[in-house]
Amino acid sequence: MLGKTAGGLFWMQRYLERSENIARLVDAGFRIALTRSEAAEDEWASVLTTAGVRQAYAQRYEKVDGSSVINFLLRDKTNPSSVLSVIEAARNNARLVRTALTREVWEATNECWMTLKEALRTQISDNELPDVLSLIRQQSAQVRGAQSGTMMRNDIYFFAQLGTFVERADSTARFLDVKYYVLLPSLSYVGSSLDNVQWETILRSVSAYRAFRWLNPGETNPRNIAQFMILDQVMPRSLSFCASRMAGALEAIAREYGGAGESLVQASALSQELAATNIDMVVDNGLHQFIQDFIKRNNSISAQIEQEFRFYH
Amino acid sequence: MTGDKPHFDEMLLPDGSVRAPYSEFCEWYGAQDASRLRTKARDAENFFRRTGITFAVYGDEEASERLIPFDIVPRIISGREWARLSRGIEQRVRAINAFLHDIYHRQEILRAGRIPVELIAKNEAFLPQMIGMDPPGGIYTHIIGVDIVRTGPDQFYVLEDNARTPSGVSYMLENRETMLHMFPELFRKVRVREVSDYPRKLRRSLAASAPRACSGPPEIAVLTPGIHNSAYFEHSFLADQMGAELVEGHDLRVIDGRVAMRTTQGYRAIDVLYRRVDDDFLDPLTFRPDSALGVPGIMDVYRAGGITIANAPGTGISDDKAIYSYMPEIVEFYTGEKAILENVPTWRCSEADSLAYVMEHLHELVVKEVHGSGGYGMLVGPAASRKEIAAFRQKLKARPGNYIAQPTLSLSTVPIMTRQGLAPRHVDLRPFVLVSPNGIDITPGGLTRVALKKGSLVVNSSQGGGTKDSWVLDE
Repeated sequence: MLGKTAGGLFWMQRYLERSENIARLVDAGFRIALTRSEAAEDEWASVLTTAGVRQAYAQRYEKVDGSSVINFLLRDKTNPSSVLSVIEAARNNARLVRTALTREVWEATNECWMTLKEALRTQISDNELPDVLSLIRQQSAQVRGAQSGTMMRNDIYFFAQLGTFVERADSTARFLDVKYYVLLPSLSYVGSSLDNVQWETILRSVSAYRAFRWLNPGETNPRNIAQFMILDQVMPRSLSFCASRMAGALEAIAREYGGAGESLVQASALSQELAATNIDMVVDNGLHQFIQDFIKRNNSISAQIEQEFRFYH
Repeated sequence: MTGDKPHFDEMLLPDGSVRAPYSEFCEWYGAQDASRLRTKARDAENFFRRTGITFAVYGDEEASERLIPFDIVPRIISGREWARLSRGIEQRVRAINAFLHDIYHRQEILRAGRIPVELIAKNEAFLPQMIGMDPPGGIYTHIIGVDIVRTGPDQFYVLEDNARTPSGVSYMLENRETMLHMFPELFRKVRVREVSDYPRKLRRSLAASAPRACSGPPEIAVLTPGIHNSAYFEHSFLADQMGAELVEGHDLRVIDGRVAMRTTQGYRAIDVLYRRVDDDFLDPLTFRPDSALGVPGIMDVYRAGGITIANAPGTGISDDKAIYSYMPEIVEFYTGEKAILENVPTWRCSEADSLAYVMEHLHELVVKEVHGSGGYGMLVGPAASRKEIAAFRQKLKARPGNYIAQPTLSLSTVPIMTRQGLAPRHVDLRPFVLVSPNGIDITPGGLTRVALKKGSLVVNSSQGGGTKDSWVLDE
């Protein structure tokens, strides 16, 4: 496979994943705004920070209000991380690697772009937002479905997988980086109503509110949530899950190519450390430091993959 | 241009009866419900859009990806008509390859005084770098798309030879797929010759021209200028269908006397490069130094037998529009036979007499740039306004050598489906020809381009033309 193709697959998938993550953040932010209007502005500000576009937003708008944030995150082409921008970037990468995609995957990606371009053409009102958000979810689910159903499990598939999990790990970790203080053990008491809302937002931002309830039918506390978001082995957006999938994809590529490189060493180490630790150790050693360290290591794995498989030169 | 001029309709005779090749189709068409056909036509458009069969229009920021309109009425050619047409094409393609070999070696045709020396010596399309070079397998034009127009039952004119990097074959293939998908019952009724094995034949044909340095099964790659090129869809389509890598200049590098592509596991040598990049951009060390689309050093590798470039650099000299006017002589010189296909009479504006004639008759001529393509920069006299003609006259006066002129032929028509039913529109035909050391293969049919505007003679997709599925009857 061409190095460029591997890079195109990796980035196509990162962008697709990013579009979903942005939609999820908007969804959670919107919910807070509806239920607790006094917390809305703070919430939108942290959504912008998580999406990494706080400064870009400030250059365009004076104040943080729901409607501007929503339009900036979903459809502003000057924002390189808006859903519209990243879907277009995903589709451009898909065109670049067209020969590596099945017809089904290409068509689903192309249709996703055509549909969302149309849906995001004009300003989105609060009334339309829920429909638009579910459309974004549906469209990316169709691409994922076509991938799962039609792609051979060779290097093509695994480079795409790497894109998904590097992006997802980064997204979950950055979200935790912004919200970590909510998850610190409170000295005073557990479960103020504000805390409850914050916790719920965290879980909704990773679409795992119900899953968490099923796994933790008893009490909701920050420790449980942190354990769930960071170390859970089956929650598909937890840091541990993402790291183990990255290592798995790199192992599969190593088997196919008959040799492993530094990226696999790094990813396996990260995955094994996460599997061996527990949430008390994480919190005792400093939650914030832990998350920042994770983001750094994830970036380093990504850079190592780029270099090792000759994406650019 | 008006539709008043008498012209040959490929479906209907002047008395309204149906010509034989269309009889079964007309029978079927007569039994169809018009609204169902319209729905089908819309389905076809959605299908093309979803598949991403689009082309980019230069200088058009907004709608940078457009569909080429597809008309569902097939263009039908009888087996007998095709047999003669393909003999003529084969003869011409054979002559073109012989001409290219000659012009880059002993130049017998110049010595014989059959074409003027200045025409070659001063021609930008002539590449001195190719002098004395023997391309692998002796093939210059692996792929040719000859543009043909018809003016009568047995009159076929070649408009252009497209010996550089002809495009459109993906539309030929997708048009057929679409028709098979929409009207399977029609193909049970009418026996049409297959086109779908073109990609396989292309691969085989390219592999047969592998260079000396090739050991083992030839590694084939398609070189594209990138995703912003107007024909990018076709480049990726052909690579995909052939099972070949689709590469850009920055994926390639010369290593140890071979051109190699950067893969996830290191550099791998390429044997045959089907390039869809113009000569000028192929090698910044040899041609345009500012080109980022090519591969520095590829020409040295080529000359040393390390790679096959398809088509060979320098083939443009054979489809230069000034050379075109000598094609009947060229065919006769190399094949010893009279040309089967006709050449459109051509005035070379570089010659004073011709220029004077052209200046006088601009309103009835088609004037083209010698090196132009795609319908850009041309004047269709009968359709142009006084102002346009006056402006063109200035251009002609400034650089006469840059232009040739031809009479407007009354192109044949084939019906298209309109809201008011079937209506005749002018068409051309681009059959696709593969040349390898094992012989010449012509895919039956080709791409029919159709001017969608009533009376218009301009079929180029960049100028609002559409396409049709083209059938050669299996009889």
